Order: sequence, then C-alpha cells, then structure tokens
Amino acid sequence: MNIEEIIREENKVYCKPELLEEVHMHYCPGCSHGVIHKLVAEVVAEMGLTDRTIGVSPVGCAVFAYNYIDVDWIEAAHGRAPAVATAASRLWPENVVFTYQGDGDMSAIGTAESIHAANRGENIVMIFVNNAIYGMTGGQMAPTTLVGQKTATTPYGRRVDLNGHPLEITNLLAILDGTCYVTRQAVHTPAAVRKTKAAIKHAFENALAKKGTSVVEVVATCNSGWKLSPEQANKWMEENMFPKYPLGDLKNN
Amino acid sequence: MKEEIRLMKGNEAIAHAAIRYGCDGYFGYPITPQSEVLETLEELMPWETTGMVVLQAESEVAAINMVYGGAATGKCVMTSSSSPGVSLKQEGISYIAAASLPALILNVMRGGPGLGTIQPSQADYFQATKGGGHGDYHLIVLAPSTVQEMVDFVGLGFDLMFKYTNPVMILADGIVGQMMEKVQLPEQRPRRTEEEIRKQCPWAADGRKDGRKRNVITSLELESSKMEVINHQLQARYREIEKNETRWEEIGVEDADYLIVAFGTIARISDKARELAAEEGIKVGIVRPITLWPFPTEAVNKAARGKKGVLVVELNAGQMIEDVRLAVHDNLPVEHFGRLGGIIPSPEEVVTALKEKIINK
Amino acid sequence: MKEEIIIAGFGGQGVLSMGKILAYSGLMDDKEVTWMPSYGPEQRGGTANVTVILSDSKISSPVLDRYDIVVALNQQSLDKFAPKVKPGGTLIFDTNGIHNRPTREDIKIYPIDAMEATLEIGNSKAYNMVVMGALLKAMQYKLPMENVIKGLKKSLPERHHKLIPLNEKAIEKGASLL
Repeated sequence: MNIEEIIREENKVYCKPELLEEVHMHYCPGCSHGVIHKLVAEVVAEMGLTDRTIGVSPVGCAVFAYNYIDVDWIEAAHGRAPAVATAASRLWPENVVFTYQGDGDMSAIGTAESIHAANRGENIVMIFVNNAIYGMTGGQMAPTTLVGQKTATTPYGRRVDLNGHPLEITNLLAILDGTCYVTRQAVHTPAAVRKTKAAIKHAFENALAKKGTSVVEVVATCNSGWKLSPEQANKWMEENMFPKYPLGDLKNN
Repeated sequence: MKEEIRLMKGNEAIAHAAIRYGCDGYFGYPITPQSEVLETLEELMPWETTGMVVLQAESEVAAINMVYGGAATGKCVMTSSSSPGVSLKQEGISYIAAASLPALILNVMRGGPGLGTIQPSQADYFQATKGGGHGDYHLIVLAPSTVQEMVDFVGLGFDLMFKYTNPVMILADGIVGQMMEKVQLPEQRPRRTEEEIRKQCPWAADGRKDGRKRNVITSLELESSKMEVINHQLQARYREIEKNETRWEEIGVEDADYLIVAFGTIARISDKARELAAEEGIKVGIVRPITLWPFPTEAVNKAARGKKGVLVVELNAGQMIEDVRLAVHDNLPVEHFGRLGGIIPSPEEVVTALKEKIINK
Repeated sequence: MKEEIIIAGFGGQGVLSMGKILAYSGLMDDKEVTWMPSYGPEQRGGTANVTVILSDSKISSPVLDRYDIVVALNQQSLDKFAPKVKPGGTLIFDTNGIHNRPTREDIKIYPIDAMEATLEIGNSKAYNMVVMGALLKAMQYKLPMENVIKGLKKSLPERHHKLIPLNEKAIEKGASLL
C-alpha cells in the first residue's frame, strides 16, 4: 500500500479535530494536556458550538491553551478563571463558557473563585486538570500533591505536619448546591479517554441547558515534574493518585 | 419638558448613571463608604428594565476579574470600591490595562493606610495616577467634585474607555460619595445591541460569530521583542490621551496673587477659602485638575506664572504636589497643606495655611 | 439667599432625615442645596450631624467651620457648635438634658423644649419635625411652607405619606415654641 492509498477518505479512522490548531504544542512529550485539549476541541465542534464558545485559560501549564483550540479565548489572571467566566457567561447567556484550570489555579490561589462560581451555580463548565504538581514553574508542590510525594518544594516528600493534607477540591465542589455535575476522570487509556470525552460533552450540555456548574476533573500525569517516563508516570498515577482521587461521578443531577 | 432634577448621594447617583448610560454589567463587593452603589443597583433592579447584570461578587478580587471577563467580551462593565478594596483590585486593573480593555472603576477613597478609617481621604492619588498595579500603564483618572460630576463622569468614562480601549478610574473622595446634591440624570441611553458591540469591538472574545477568526484576549507575551512592541503601543496611546483628554477648571486665576491647586471636593473647600481670603483683600485663584492623569501640567504652569506662591491642598500628606512641582519647576514656592486620617479641613484652615506657608513666609 | 446650617444631636433623633427634608424643601424652592452627613458608626447611638446649605447661587464648600444657623439637640453638640455660629447668626437648642447653657451675646439664641412639645403631640417620631418648625420660623420662612410640604412628600417614601398631616402639625407646634 502506498501513501496515496492510505490517506484515501474511506480509509480514514482518525484525524486531527478541525478546531485543533496546526501549531506545535509546548507541552512536554507524554503530558496529558494534549489529549484533554483534543477532547475539548472535538466536543465543541461536534456539538456545533464553535461560534458560541468562549474558553478561559489559566495561569499554569495550560496558559497557552488559547494557541491550540480555535475558539475565542480570554486569558485569566492566576486563579481567576471562574470569575472571568462568570461575567462572560452572564453577559452572553447564549454562549457556552468553559474554564480550563490546573490544580494550582483551581485549588490554591483560585479556591475562593472556584467555590463561589460553583456555589452561585454559574452555567459554566470547569475543566480541572489535576497532576498533583506545579509543572510550569518547575515542579513545586500543589495543594493536590500526595503525602510523601517529592517536589521541588517538598524535596523530602510532602509531610502533613509541614504542608497539610492533599486537597480534594472536587469533593468540596460536589457538595455545593450550585453544581449539577461533578466527575473525576483520566486519559491514560483509550477507554478512559472515551469516558472523559463523554463527561466533557455532558458538561457542555448542562451549560446549554442552564443547569448550573459542571466540573470535570481529569487526574493527569506530569512525567517531567514527576521525573518518570510517560509509561512509568501512568503506572504511578494508577497506583498512587487513583486511591486518593478515585475516578467516577461524584454528582450527576 | 421640565428637566428631571433630583436630590441624591454621590454613590446613589453613580448607580443611576450607570443604568442611564447603558451599562451592561456591574460587579462589586460592599465596603464603606461606597456600599450604596451596589445597594442602589440591587434596589433599582436594572436587569428587569435595561437588562443590565448586577452581581455581588465574593471579593474585590473576583469583582475586578469579572470586570476583566465582561470587558474582554466587549460589554460595558464597571466596578466600585473604596481604598482597601481598590488595593485588592490592582492586579486585575493591570491586566485590564495590559490587555487594552475598556472598564470603569470607581474608588470612593477613605483614609489609610491599612484598614484605616471610613472617613474621607485623597491618599490614593499616587496609586491611581502612578500605577497601582505592576508594569508601565496608565488609567485615565477623573476626579469629580460634585454629585453631578459623579453622574457625568460615568458617561464620560464609558466614552473614553471605549474610545481608547483603556480602563478609566473615577477617583472620588468619601465626601462626594456620601453627600447629597441636586443632580440631573441623563436620558436613558439604550444598551448597545450585539451587532453594535461587534461593530464597536471587533476584538472582543464573544464567540466566533459568522466564522470570523478567533479573538484572544491576553496580556501574556513571552517574547521580549514582541512585548516591547506592545509596551510601545500602550505608550503611544498614553501620549494620545495626554494630548486630547487633559481636563481642568480654573477659578479667578488671572487677577490672583496666589494659586491653590486642589482636586475633588477639596477644590470646593478651597474655593470657599478663596472667597474668605478675598474678604481680607487676598487674591487667590484656583486650578482644579479634573483629569489627574493626564495631569494638566501646562495649565498649572501657565496659571502659576506671575504668582507669588502656590498652595496644594489635599486630603493626604503630599501627593499631587509632586506633579504641581514638576509643572511649575522651581520658579516659585510650592507648599502643601493637607489633613490626614479622615479629617476634612475647613475653608478657614485653608486660609490660615495659605498665610502661614506662603504669604507670611 | 444663602443659609449655612448644621443640625447636630444623637443618632436616632432624626438629625439626618431632618436635614434631608430641609434639603428637599430647598430643592422644591429651586435652591442649590448640599447635604453632607457625618457618616459611619457615629450614626448608631453616638453623635450625628448634618450640614445643609441652601443657596440661590452655586455652592462651593459642602463642609464648613462657621454657620448661619446651628441646631443643637444635646449637650455635646451645643458645646461643639455654639462657638461656630457666625456673629449675628442663630442658635437653636433643645433644653432637654442641657446643664451648661450658651452665653454668647452676639447671636440670636432660641432655647426650645422640643421634647415636651413632641409629647404633647403624642408621637415621638415627630420630634425632628417639631425642631424643624422652630428652625423654619427662625429662618423667617425664607423657605415657604408649601415647598417644605412638597419637600416632605419628596423625601418620604410613598407608604409614609399618610404621616404628612402629623408632620405638618409637628412643624406648626415647633414654630409656636419661638
């Protein structure tokens, strides 16, 4: 089979989503962000929301998300994405507004904004990528860093007496009356990727139906920060992250 | 038609003016002495009439970032606070300025530093005119001295912020926020339609309507050569604003021997002092900067020519005096008189200060 | 015409609302007006005061050090503001609870028993309108009564308009004290 035959339309089983830009991503090889970006791009296009979607990008590794997905974007200050999204959503109620945030953005500096946007039941989607470390600034401790986990600021491992407990922000958001859908997913296997895509789609549907705030946590790897190979990182995530952050729906009204 | 004259507090007037001038969204957090802005808006329920969004945020930080988010979508948005709350907003204000977004911020100043007092002050002059947040940027700063100007500057602020895609601050003191005066409200200006917004703000992140290229609102640029270009563009805009938008008022300057420079309500106290001084045969003129940035440097320079001295009266320990000194160089004595901690000087005190610091020196 | 007035007393005596009605009356009389309160926690039980300026021409300072008329409703306010009446000006004070009376001879002084008069009317809420009556008479009705009634209507919410006759009565009572 030559190349001409391979790229024939009827042989196509997989392609780049139309909303994913033709640029090199700055993410490290093995990083989960690329897959999650792809899912968002697919969901927006498949739901026909390209001209109604506003993304709010965070400060953190995903700060440049606006370079990769071909929708309108607002780059927020660190932690403030839910506040930015609140206004965009209330002022353009026909649009769908989503935030894309990491663990520092969502559960450290932006805890107040996350809790209150969700508690007000803003009709927005919050996509929360939890890799238990600050990737962009060079691998420091996140609120979600596991006990014993080594980071640049917990070089001997996170200690409860010094650093407190890992924060399960998603569980907190699930108990708020303003959230309609809170789920925790992963993207380390094809099956998990499909489930995450379904979760993101459901979240967008909720926003369209004005049901309140939807939160999709994606437990993710940071092989660079964890100093593991991508394959080892997936294994480490399954063995260490999943017991603390179990996958599945926390709430689905 | 008979003009609609009403009596209201400066803070209430701001709320009425926001609705009348077609504001799309207000986001704020209560703090004395400006809570009446949010209270009045909630009472007037503009979402039922003009469709304006009003939201009590969880903090000043959230409120200014809501303003950032709303402005990023091309909407006409504003917030209000008082000094400690405005300090909290500074990061967001820097982002709004950097991303070239239109937004209106009202600061009804109270005495600081720290939690300070709830009584009136003008001690945020430096913060408002020299930066406040990080980086090289400027706000257009309007200083109202009457309740009517509180109203008028909402309209002016909205116009200027869209004309220059630059944040505007109304820097009021607690006096003009809390006092009642006669005001004439403007005719209801309709909120812009979505079409009008798209025409006025083609840069807005409001959803890629009609398949246009995507809009991204950001202040991030890691490549220094590009970031320098952005900085130069901002600076060019500031020069343009300085050229076009410098505003001030003069009272009795030509015949005067002495000059008082004061802004906001303090300019009115100084005006009364001018009347009292005239009774004693002392001729005083007033320059009241209306835009604190851009500062009316040339006007102050010109007004000071041939005078025997300049007294700068402020509710602070000496902030605007630096701009006055830069304006008049070392040509004549420039002295400061201020009360601190929320104390308001009486007109008599201003006359006494003029004598002690300038005339009898 | 220009009247620079301060009304001072305890929070709860209706000082700010009396100032408000005075300001509204000025508005109805086509005057320039400013109403500048002392604001903040002082309002709750401590001393409260409000400066009201009525003028035919543009008003400069809303904050003053000397007044044409001082209305003092407790000892602290009397001590603080009696010295600030302009020579030839007017001082009205409620005699209730006053142990140190003002001694100035260069001003007109009107002691009134507004508390007693209010009790005679039988509604303690009318207290500030009794004082208002005395003030209007001291001003020789430079603000005509008809505009005061209009001001009263303007400053009171609609649901309280049924109280206007009571307020009128209180104003008359207050005027009779001078």
